[in-house]
Amino acid sequence: MISQNPVVEINNVHFSYDGSNVLEDVNLQVPDKDFLSIVGPNGGGKTTLIKLILGLLKPQKGRVRVFGVSPAKARARLGYMPQHASLDPLFPVTAMDVVLMGRLGSGGNRGFYNAADREKTGEALEMVELYEVRNRSFAELSGGQRQRVLIARALVSDPELLILDEPTSNVDAALEVELFELLVRLNEHMTIAVVIHDLGFVSRYVKSVACVNRRVVIHPTSEITGEMINQLYGHDVRMVRHDTFGQANG
Amino acid sequence: MCVWSGMTHSGRQTVKCMADFFSDLMVHKFLQHAVLTGLLAGIACGVIGSYVVTRRITYIAGGISHSVLAGMGAAGYLATIYGCEWLDPIHGAVAAALCAALLIGYVSMHARQREDTVIGAVWAVGMAVGILFIFKTPGYHEDLMSYLFGNILMVSSGDLILITVLDLVILSLVFVFYNQFLAVCFDEEFARIRGIHVEFFYLLLLCLTALTVVLLITVVGIVMVIALLTLPAAVAGQFSKKLWQMMILSSLLAAGFTMSGLAVSYGPDLPAGATTILLAGAVYLAVSLGHRILRK
Repeated sequence: MISQNPVVEINNVHFSYDGSNVLEDVNLQVPDKDFLSIVGPNGGGKTTLIKLILGLLKPQKGRVRVFGVSPAKARARLGYMPQHASLDPLFPVTAMDVVLMGRLGSGGNRGFYNAADREKTGEALEMVELYEVRNRSFAELSGGQRQRVLIARALVSDPELLILDEPTSNVDAALEVELFELLVRLNEHMTIAVVIHDLGFVSRYVKSVACVNRRVVIHPTSEITGEMINQLYGHDVRMVRHDTFGQANG
Repeated sequence: MCVWSGMTHSGRQTVKCMADFFSDLMVHKFLQHAVLTGLLAGIACGVIGSYVVTRRITYIAGGISHSVLAGMGAAGYLATIYGCEWLDPIHGAVAAALCAALLIGYVSMHARQREDTVIGAVWAVGMAVGILFIFKTPGYHEDLMSYLFGNILMVSSGDLILITVLDLVILSLVFVFYNQFLAVCFDEEFARIRGIHVEFFYLLLLCLTALTVVLLITVVGIVMVIALLTLPAAVAGQFSKKLWQMMILSSLLAAGFTMSGLAVSYGPDLPAGATTILLAGAVYLAVSLGHRILRK
């Protein structure tokens, strides 16, 4: 092993929003080339945790280090895919426009895209199998396609750490499998952290699991049991995915 | 100017009035100024209006435009009372618009939950300050009407130079920072992670909105600025896949609306600003309904 330094290192982090604690005493180390899934109930702090890693939020207490430096300094090495529902679907942009945004700020880009940026963008779109619809408007794409456009945008800057927020929330089961197989391939040369809604199906792809519910507990995937998940969520969680939930709009 | 005589010949009269408009355009400098102002303001309006509509900051634009009255009133007051002859209301408008933009921008970035309250306060307090200054300025208070409802036929050569400069500033900044603005408007968080100075570009965008508002005030007045800023962009948005397409189409529409507003209102001596807005509103309504019907 060349690098034993963790990619993400979180020490004693507290975060509260409007006086109520969202995260308490969080300690987390994500090793290089890890494939970490972040699970937990809604409002448990999953999104807050990744926003702390991305440097979009600052902890009130404790310290977050990414690649050994502050998140703001590590940004050029991060790729991020937000939930597509957080974006305005009517915004006049094409798939290509959106992916190109991932090239901003990388390699000294000051705001004008060059041929290399376009080539990279094309490659990223091919990787998520959307090259053919690159000139369609974001509004015309299905939920699953939008999600994949955002993954391509995260990949186009060649990140060393890829963070995805619920990449499968709008995707049918077949596409979900495809997506995780893509992530497994990418995991060969980058660290991945992915927020997911339910663990059942992806447990065979990921290497470790962070259970987030105000506190964060890390498990290797092999340790995950139904009982543990019940404790975490406080009720039964489907380990088998119900396909009626993932609508066929990929 | 021709006289509006009887409804029976109104169709023919309108044609005759339009012909008058074009023949007078050759002769009268004030009409040429008006046409140039309409075209220049239309271009900036289409470009910045596209941002206002897609970033959904219409209410901020409304706050900025109403607060401009404070600057116009103060400039008029200082010019009259202290004899600062070089000071024109449009200078006060630029200063007030930029101050309002920076204030609203700062608040919206640092205290999100109170943003609309602050915009409302800037909106109303700005108008109140302006009205006090105007009523304390000796002379007739006709100015107030032209500030509120526009007077495109009163544009001086000095105004025209300032309008051209503002237009160039707006267009060149949008050209240079097009991709940054696009990223910030589409997905602020992602732009931040890409190392873009989101606060800077957001404030810059509000300042450009402020300058555009000043340009439009000469055309349609404080009260109707929002309509001209949003209606052409809203129409253009229904036909555009890319932001720059929306900007071009929306600029053409905005310039088209101001030109036809001017031409149609000239003969019957209607207020040009209100006529422009009614035309824009009618086209917006027709396009929105048409779109809805075609989709069914």
